[in-house]
Amino acid sequence: MREDCAIAVDDLTVAYNYKPVLWDIDLAIPEGVLMAIVGPNGAGKSTLIKSILDIIKPIAGSVRIFGKPYKQQHKEVAYVPQKGSVDWDFPTTALDVVMMGTYGSLGWIKRPRQKQRKLALEALEKVGMLEFKSRQISQLSGGQQQRIFLARALVQNASIYLMDEPFQGVDATTEKAIINILKELRKAGKTVIVVHHDLQTVPEYFDWVTFLNVKKIATGPVKDIFNDDNLTKTYGINYKVSVQQ
Amino acid sequence: MTIREYIELVFSDYTLRTITLGTAILGAVCGMLGSFAVLRKQSLLGDAISHAALPGIAIAFLITGAKNGNTLLIGALISGLVGTFWIRGIIKKTQLKSDTALGLILSLFFGFGMLLLTFIQKMPNANQAGLDKYLFGQAATLVEADVWLMGIVMTISVLVLFAFWKELKLLLFDVDYAKSLGINTIFLDILITSFIVLAIVIGLQTVGVVLMSAMLLAPAAAARQWTNSLGIMVLLAAIFGAFSGVLGTAVSASSNNLSTGPVIVLIAAIFVVFSFIFSPGRGLLFKEIRYWKNRNDLQLFKTLAFMQNIAKTHEDISHPHAIKILNNFQGYTKRSLKKLESREYITVAGGMWAMTQKGFDKATNLYNQQENTYD
Repeated sequence: MREDCAIAVDDLTVAYNYKPVLWDIDLAIPEGVLMAIVGPNGAGKSTLIKSILDIIKPIAGSVRIFGKPYKQQHKEVAYVPQKGSVDWDFPTTALDVVMMGTYGSLGWIKRPRQKQRKLALEALEKVGMLEFKSRQISQLSGGQQQRIFLARALVQNASIYLMDEPFQGVDATTEKAIINILKELRKAGKTVIVVHHDLQTVPEYFDWVTFLNVKKIATGPVKDIFNDDNLTKTYGINYKVSVQQ
Repeated sequence: MTIREYIELVFSDYTLRTITLGTAILGAVCGMLGSFAVLRKQSLLGDAISHAALPGIAIAFLITGAKNGNTLLIGALISGLVGTFWIRGIIKKTQLKSDTALGLILSLFFGFGMLLLTFIQKMPNANQAGLDKYLFGQAATLVEADVWLMGIVMTISVLVLFAFWKELKLLLFDVDYAKSLGINTIFLDILITSFIVLAIVIGLQTVGVVLMSAMLLAPAAAARQWTNSLGIMVLLAAIFGAFSGVLGTAVSASSNNLSTGPVIVLIAAIFVVFSFIFSPGRGLLFKEIRYWKNRNDLQLFKTLAFMQNIAKTHEDISHPHAIKILNNFQGYTKRSLKKLESREYITVAGGMWAMTQKGFDKATNLYNQQENTYD
């Protein structure tokens, strides 16, 4: 296992009720890449992300973040869950949700203060949501909710960002806004990993890609491995995408 | 006894004061902790826990023979906790859904508890009478020690909520995200569930096994209608719960000793119904009013858009036009013209109307979603 990787996944196997969801995954994600995880529904993409985050316990294998277990490194990692995973009718405001990004760096009992509030406002501004800061979160559109989640992760100021389908159900403008922020993160030396569904945009958005379908099919730079062969292996049908490089 | 006599009595009569204070504290604790159950979509959990407590009461009586409250409550606490952890176990280890697990444990424990109660009632021991008060509760049996116990539970609950406030908020809103921040969600889950069990157990004597879950849910459901802030919701739920307790005790004491538990629950239900209808943000009444207002506004804006089309044909948008022109258009009434004028979208003078710059801009931006959504 290489110790200089941002994330090193070793022999990872995860099963729900006897059915393997991830099978013997080895993955070495170098620091500073913007990586897409692609694969069909049920391929275990979200599970892989949740296993990296120590949310799901694997039945075998290990995950290292900069060479150490997740427990010691959680401040280095920010997570953007799927938008549909929470109840948006929860009694809270957009700003309040973004402030949650600061909770990890605050200890027990301590409340977020002016400094945390300022960070949250900055993050809201970055995602273009400042004017919605006091709005109840159920009154935001799907794209706005996604941007709130992104802002919450930005507040953490982490080294690694794991995002579960951040482009799901957002319009073209929001997608562009989000990808610009992701590219900025990469420029700042951060490692960004995104579960992605739109194969057409992979070469445009990402520089690194992992093909996943329970097993790892391939991982590497987009320009080397994003081809019909790997797509066919991953999706099981004869896939043809025109890859412009 | 009338309500007025009752109010005088509360301040003079020791027993009544004890009972009133007890039900108030109980209502507050339940409302507070119930907010968490409601927001975690574990509304049925309270019902399952309270029913699961029944066999504990019976077994505690069978073992100790004591009818004193605290011994029985410890029995209730233990079997309530056992029931809760069985529910968690079933959900985790099998593929059953949580409502199935809750229903299963609820009926199993309650059935077993009822079995034991009938068994106890047939025992040749005069001491057994009164256990069935735990079914529907009897506030009249509250003594000062019970109120002290409730007060202690409330104080500890408040302290716990303060200490773990932001972590609990994350647990409610986004468990996976909480885990990713390194927050021990299992500990928090057990902590908040244990306090819910505790609140239920101390309420059994007053409200009873069957209706206890309403004490948790009703104040929280009512409070949710009035606010979009978690803190205010918890506070409001505590206040609603306390008032349900006090008013329930008052009504039941002033009308021939009606059973207190059901009366408290009914009062709490009135809070819920009132909130569902009259709360400004989410209430049905205001929703309906907003709906009609929006409809009227749209009608008005249709007229405005029509006027803008006419105004556009002139270089000067404020060029006056005859009101008669509008007759061709159905949306025009004297009232809508007045409304448009009062909003300074148009000016009206002597059978003529003229568009203002403000009205023109408004009409231009009518379909601009960014500007109009959710205002």
